[in-house]
Amino acid sequence: MLEITDLVHSYGSHRVLDGVSIRAAEGELVCVVGPSGCGKSTLLRSVAGLIRPTGGRVLIGGQPVDRIPDNLAVVFQDYSRSLYPWMTAANNVALPLRRRGLDRRRRREAAMAALDQVGLADAAAKYPWEMSGGMQQRVSIARALAYRPSLLLMDEPFGSVDAQTREDLEDLVLRVCAHHGMTTLLITHDIDESVYVGDRVIVLTRSPARVAADLPVDLGESRDQIATRQLDAFVRLRAEVGRLVRGGSPTSTVLEKQ
Amino acid sequence: MEHARVLRGVAGVAGFLAAAEIVGATGLIDDRFLPRMSTILRGAAELLVDQEFLADARASLAAWGLGLLLTVAVAVPAGLALGALPPVERAVRPLIEFLRPIPSVAIIPLAILLFSDNLHLRVAVVVYAASWPIVINTIYALRDVDPLAKETLRSFGFGPVSVLLRVALPSAAPFIATGIRVAAGTAVILVISAELLAGGAEGIGIYITEAASGNRMDLMLGAALWAGLFGVLSNTALVAVERRLFRWHDVRTGAAR
Ligand SMILES: Nc1ncnc2c1ncn2[C@@H]1O[C@H](COP(=O)(O)OP(=O)(O)OP(=O)(O)O)[C@@H](O)[C@H]1O
Ligand SMILES: [Mg+2]
Repeated sequence: MLEITDLVHSYGSHRVLDGVSIRAAEGELVCVVGPSGCGKSTLLRSVAGLIRPTGGRVLIGGQPVDRIPDNLAVVFQDYSRSLYPWMTAANNVALPLRRRGLDRRRRREAAMAALDQVGLADAAAKYPWEMSGGMQQRVSIARALAYRPSLLLMDEPFGSVDAQTREDLEDLVLRVCAHHGMTTLLITHDIDESVYVGDRVIVLTRSPARVAADLPVDLGESRDQIATRQLDAFVRLRAEVGRLVRGGSPTSTVLEKQ
Repeated sequence: MEHARVLRGVAGVAGFLAAAEIVGATGLIDDRFLPRMSTILRGAAELLVDQEFLADARASLAAWGLGLLLTVAVAVPAGLALGALPPVERAVRPLIEFLRPIPSVAIIPLAILLFSDNLHLRVAVVVYAASWPIVINTIYALRDVDPLAKETLRSFGFGPVSVLLRVALPSAAPFIATGIRVAAGTAVILVISAELLAGGAEGIGIYITEAASGNRMDLMLGAALWAGLFGVLSNTALVAVERRLFRWHDVRTGAAR
């Protein structure tokens, strides 16, 4: 579904991505972790066709990304700037659904359902500037999920919410992505989260980013916030990812691809 | 807050009127040339029941309204086109830089040659002069639209026209509205200037000319007073409309509500 090959990007002479290769199968949820400033957002923007990378290739469904791909939804890291202040939360969520050819009533219903899923049913009529950062972030997640894209890109989507809400949102994304078979690239700097949510975890090195490791997550299809996090496999994998993010080298106990 | 401000404004105006009256009463100024403030105010009040003045005022108002409407209809699309298409903007920029500094009143003689109908003449000079603030504000506002706001809609697969109309236009709207407000003030000046310079059958400018030639300084200044008051009131009304429509913008920029 998604094939990123030898992606290179420089801002001027400042190299940010240094040959990143990532693959995601149809319906797979791939987490990308890496230190702050290593180039995660740049990677995501290249996949979304918002910047033209200096080198390398991105294929989506076999097609090269030379413009913004069809059927894409992005949750931007800067969620507050990506919501429209002149629209209520419900209208923000409903707007992209115009592309789905839904009539006004159906758009409204879909938007309300998505807001309900992120726990904002009561805030549908509020404007973004009347909401807390965490609420705004949830609106932008609701907007992406309501769109039901075939490729979902999320850039640190749970950064501004409390721990409990974060867990709920992780489970929501897991559920919705699995149910609709969305291929998902989720960027995070939270190591636990990457292991809990991902089918695979890609660890990037410090800038300029390269793939330090590509780790399969063998925790089964269904995950549970308490039980899954207690599994030996979870604990081991989390430790491994943590070590790699800090710049360690892969250990042989975890199967490493690439 | 709001009340205190209005009160201060009223106090300022009242203070000025009182001072002007006192200066007039001292006989320092020959009141054949500049009548006493109380005389001007009485003249202004008289005008309210003067059918001739009221007809003139209506004629000026019509030229102003029509001119402003046409200005918005021309200038907003022009600003959007120039703001959205930088190559076109670069091509037209030298022309704009050349024309804009020319005092708009200076084109009235040209308009007199071009238009035989007085309404057309006034509307034309209003459209020319009042378009600038709207066009310029629209261009700059479009340039300042948050790129991420546009990228968001683009990433959902919306094309450039949709992004322009659904993101860029609403983002720019508060600045376009400010341009329209400035344009409304400019239009008042141009309508009356055109009437003064071009003459004609009806208009506050015509009334002023006639009052002056009849040596009725009180009526002449009274009419000017009403024109000024109209400018203030239309400005206030437009500010109120902006506040209502663009509350989201005021809140974000932290402007007083
Ligand atoms: N538009 C730009 N122009 C120039 N440099 C940029 C631009 N965007 C990002 N950079 C630089 O590229 C590097 C990577 O930025 P990027 O936003 O991709 O990192 P990130 O991994 O997403 O960081 P974070 O975890 O803080 O979100 C940084 O050093 C940043 O300063
Ligand atoms: Mg980032």
